[in-house]
Amino acid sequence: MTDPMGAPVPERIGVAQYRTQSDFPVERGYVWTSCASVENGNPLYWDDAVADEVTGGPVAPPTMVSVWFRPHHWAPGRTSDVLPLQVHFDLKDHFGLPEAVMTDNTIVFHEPVRMGDRLVTLQVLRSVSEEKRTRLGTGRFWAIDVEYRNQHDALVAVESYTGFGYRRRPAEGGGEADGS
Amino acid sequence: MITPRLLHADAPVGTALPELRHQVTATTVVLGALATRDWRPMHHDHEFAVTRNGTRDIFLNTPSQAAWFERYVTDWTGPHGRLRRMRFRMHGSVFPGDTMVLAGTVVEAGVDTTGCGWVALDVALSVDREAKTTCRAEAALPLGPDDNPWERTGDRWCP
Repeated sequence: MTDPMGAPVPERIGVAQYRTQSDFPVERGYVWTSCASVENGNPLYWDDAVADEVTGGPVAPPTMVSVWFRPHHWAPGRTSDVLPLQVHFDLKDHFGLPEAVMTDNTIVFHEPVRMGDRLVTLQVLRSVSEEKRTRLGTGRFWAIDVEYRNQHDALVAVESYTGFGYRRRPAEGGGEADGS
Repeated sequence: MITPRLLHADAPVGTALPELRHQVTATTVVLGALATRDWRPMHHDHEFAVTRNGTRDIFLNTPSQAAWFERYVTDWTGPHGRLRRMRFRMHGSVFPGDTMVLAGTVVEAGVDTTGCGWVALDVALSVDREAKTTCRAEAALPLGPDDNPWERTGDRWCP
């Protein structure tokens, strides 16, 4: 098996790939937009006095950690799409699986993310299954870890995804299709 | 000094959290997608969602659901509650027109080797009593009025 980057898939298991720095520092505008979108009134995000006392200054909601890495919808000079979970799309391409869903997602939160942080991420493929047949179609499951660190190299979160890439059968199922 | 709203001793196994109900609209879905910088069309383009995803409408994206779960848990814990980990499993999609209901229960509680008190919650996001997404969330809670999980760092924070 050879992936789109030219390395056999088994050799990519456990290897850190796609180290990327966020396009912009963590900032409050997006924190407030996120909180507003779900009506999150936690005073940590709205009241500086509370944030100063409880968290030593403003922090971002932990579940926002992946938000800081989603590429701009457009950027000057960019000629190809930038995909936020590239390993997942590499596997779809490699195995010729046009559809995919994320079936499982775990996030472990470490150091708080603070305003002005410049985060770095990398992706690690953990496993790829043999071909399986499910109610969605025939395909493969894979597990990918995404590690996030701040500018001091402190770990802020690890996100683990289970994806299922497949060829479609006429059924509608759970999980979130990736839209690619 | 801000007093913690909820202490570890206040949340024994079996504690049920108050339900949260929210009427989902197209704005809920699109706002959640934009707030999480998720530009994929099935979260804002009805035609794409129907023809490419085979769903009946646009639907809530996963990061937005994570934000709903976080809000639900920290509404209960107050600002001193600190998330340790969350695990989601998606069983179905949430569409405009749905009334989603979040409900949760404390299923485990303990104090880790560093002395950090924590609880595990099973939370379900349901529509018409059908669980669309299930979540196991762990949060650290203060053991006493002077304890603050956010002050833990390095070896003293083991999520």
